[in-house]
Amino acid sequence: MNYLALLKLVSPEAILALAALVTLGLGLGANRLLPFIAAAAGLIAAAAAIFALPAHASLAHGMLVIDPLTSLFKVVCLALALFTILSASGRPDRPNNGEYLAMILLATIGLLILAGTEELLMIFVGLELTGLSLYVLCAFDKSSPRGAEAGLKYFLFGSTASAFTLFGISLIYGMSGVTGLGEIAAFIGAHGMQPLLAAGLILTLVGLAFKIAAAPFHFWAPDVYEAAPVSAAAFISSGSKVAAFVVLGKFLITGFAPIHGGAGWHALAPGWAPLIALLSASSIVIGNIAALSQTSVRRLLGYSAVAHTGYSLLGLLAGGSEGFGATLFYTTVYAFTLVGAFSVIAAMQRQGLGDKITDFAGLRAKSPLLAGCIVVFMLSLAGLPPLPGFFGKFYLFMALLHQGQAIKLLWLVILALAGSLVSLYYYLSVVKAVLVDETPSPRVSLRLLERTSIAALGALILALGLFPGALLQRILASLR
Amino acid sequence: MIAWTIYATFAGALLLLVLPRSAARWLALLTAATGLAVSCAAFFNVTDPGTLKNIVQIPWIPSFGGMSFHLAADGISLTMAVVTGLTGVGAVLFSWNVHRRQNEFFFWLLLVIGGSYGVFLSADLFLFFVFYELVIIPKYLLIATWGSTNKAYGAMKLTLYSFFGGALVLIPLIPACLSAGTFDLQLLSVHVFPLAFQAWAFPVMFLGFAVLAAIWPLHTWAPTGHSAAPTAGSMLLAGVVMKLGAYGALRVAMNLFPQGFQSWRGLIAILAIIGICYAAAVALRQRDLKFVIGYSSVSHMGFVLLGLATAQRLGVSGAVLQMFSHGVIAGLLFAVAGRMIYERTHTRDLFALSEMKLNRAIPFAAFTFVVASAASMGIPGFSGFAAEITILIGLWHAYPVLVPVAGIGMALTAAFTLRALRFSFFGDKSPAPPLECLPITLAEKCGASLLMAATLAVGLYPKLLLDRILPCVDAMRFLKP
Repeated sequence: MNYLALLKLVSPEAILALAALVTLGLGLGANRLLPFIAAAAGLIAAAAAIFALPAHASLAHGMLVIDPLTSLFKVVCLALALFTILSASGRPDRPNNGEYLAMILLATIGLLILAGTEELLMIFVGLELTGLSLYVLCAFDKSSPRGAEAGLKYFLFGSTASAFTLFGISLIYGMSGVTGLGEIAAFIGAHGMQPLLAAGLILTLVGLAFKIAAAPFHFWAPDVYEAAPVSAAAFISSGSKVAAFVVLGKFLITGFAPIHGGAGWHALAPGWAPLIALLSASSIVIGNIAALSQTSVRRLLGYSAVAHTGYSLLGLLAGGSEGFGATLFYTTVYAFTLVGAFSVIAAMQRQGLGDKITDFAGLRAKSPLLAGCIVVFMLSLAGLPPLPGFFGKFYLFMALLHQGQAIKLLWLVILALAGSLVSLYYYLSVVKAVLVDETPSPRVSLRLLERTSIAALGALILALGLFPGALLQRILASLR
Repeated sequence: MIAWTIYATFAGALLLLVLPRSAARWLALLTAATGLAVSCAAFFNVTDPGTLKNIVQIPWIPSFGGMSFHLAADGISLTMAVVTGLTGVGAVLFSWNVHRRQNEFFFWLLLVIGGSYGVFLSADLFLFFVFYELVIIPKYLLIATWGSTNKAYGAMKLTLYSFFGGALVLIPLIPACLSAGTFDLQLLSVHVFPLAFQAWAFPVMFLGFAVLAAIWPLHTWAPTGHSAAPTAGSMLLAGVVMKLGAYGALRVAMNLFPQGFQSWRGLIAILAIIGICYAAAVALRQRDLKFVIGYSSVSHMGFVLLGLATAQRLGVSGAVLQMFSHGVIAGLLFAVAGRMIYERTHTRDLFALSEMKLNRAIPFAAFTFVVASAASMGIPGFSGFAAEITILIGLWHAYPVLVPVAGIGMALTAAFTLRALRFSFFGDKSPAPPLECLPITLAEKCGASLLMAATLAVGLYPKLLLDRILPCVDAMRFLKP
């Protein structure tokens, strides 16, 4: 294979790298708008390049895989990055704006690598590229001590988790002699499970659990969601999470398929399923209970992100293409919802409003668009029909109960439903502030770009609620 | 045709968001009246009420376990659609004086009505559940925004209880649909589930539905929610939303799990009869008129559950009749208490009201309240009598021991109703002049007349409903041994 053919297959990543360099260069100039245009154009060009890729390709034992699933999620990651950049456009006066946008693009390259690989080393490279860019983004506001705290916390937890992952990968490689996920599955199928391999699996899971903010590896999430620049928080909560779930799903369902195990009530079977069940259950409980007492909406979203990770994990627990599809549907919907919610918060921030729940009071009178959209996002997160959060949860439960020992897994469904009940309370407190509480407040004027991107996200969520089949069909088809 | 109740209501709701304020209440009235007209037309024209007849069936999420947008109606659904229409029109008419954020108010109101039509007409269990949950948030916002007395608490309590009920329903619903391989209610109602599954699935699902029907001891959301809600909200809550729970219990829980129902119905009967007597006794001690009516709703819904628990054709038909009857009567009672009295006197305290000579200040309200009270007590000639006597006949066949206890409940109902009536309208004997207040408006008169006509019509000629209900009940699985 020559380099030109290789470059064709990685053209989306290459375009993004180029766009990041151009954005960095344009950021040095005086024009505040040019870096935005370059970054957005880079993302759109990368998305276009994905459509030009062949339908199926695999390089070097799965280091770079192109199939409908990876292409779909590369497009999703690019769309999330685009909405992130649009929400950042409210603050063109940020110092070193070009660097900020270039960092987002570099993180996006990491996401594309994560989405498009089935090989442990490349997974690690993707995790690190994403992670390092996001640490920088998180602490980007140099004058904000809380931002620095969040960035430092994210960095320390993140680098420790990476060390665990790398150690885990080395154990897996040491035991099996291969790093491709498919080959690992073949090895386990042939030789069975060995203790050191299990240690490798657990250590690798630590790093991935950190990325998706599953309890008890979630301590960075509330701080980052609250104190990072709004658009950085939006990207961490959305794009990074989607790509991490794609990788986690492939790692478990492709790589360690032979040792699925079982997490049924009084029917635990050795394998990774009990681990995931434990992560899921603790995330649902801890996330929901901690979110109850928050007064800052961003911090509330941070804890609720932990709970949503718990729900998403249920699909992986179910396994198979149906379970993986349910997880991916739920996470995708969740990611777009959170980008939307953070875009609303960014727009409010530009109007000089804070992110306390009380700051949302009277938003209905200030801006019906922002109010309507944030209500849609919150109710979708709470899982009420006809919004996609409801269908996502329903489908997760269906996938979970759709296997042989179905009834034994009902305890997780009950736990998740109880968690949703708790979550309804705190989501409703935001809805109540927006729609019910009245404070005398004048209309605010939003920029056209803000208005369009928030309205587009709101419309997307509503449309996914009325026609969830459109996305679900695509995900399931790409998994087959 | 009946599907247009749903489409028209949601279309009206969406239009309300864009039309100017001046058109809001007329558009809401037009929409609600369309719903009533369509459901009445379908109700009177039904030829074969015993079978669930398909109206629409469009695949919705085929990859999603084969859900479809599937509507169907039989006599029971049509009966419930009519009561939804009646209460809906009444609710709009009794909200004629809502001025604050009018468009939004009617938007949420129409969403509750549209969602209720959807529940009653769904023939796909997933669609049913979507509509069932769709009603929750509009209810919350109606109460939290336009309510009175402790509204934030009442709204949140009601919402969490509703969601809790929905979650309980969902737990057995998913395994049931997965094992039957379909969400279609018609197919599910002929599928035979294993006994061991029915034994736990039925009580969980029934309890979930019964939360919304205010089964004792999970009824406490009802009085606080009803009294916090705006008039139209209380009317819809008591008139329609509580019926969603009872309808779900009958159509889904009992029909899907007949054996489970047979083994648990004794407990249901006991809880229902405790609810009837307990709520009536509590109502006897309330000072707030809306709390009296709120507890009376719990007591009357106890009769619905009791009728269902008889597992006997007359008892179950009586339960459906009681759903209709209570929908109309509760609407009337809340209209008098919340709109006619409270908006004029700004108090609902019975002792304060007793000094106002309201029977002379607003005689039409007094007349309406007397009619509604008579119907609520079960005086012959009103719908309440027809319903309760049918339930009692069924009860006599199923659990004769409980008949005297139900009798005590009815006596208590008469007692608290008469007490409320005396204090609110006929309290004061002193020669002081009656309270000066605005006369009853035309909108109120129209709404009250509509609902009074309905309770009288059904009371004098219950066959009108029973002809359509009995064939459906006969077709239900749990009647067969």
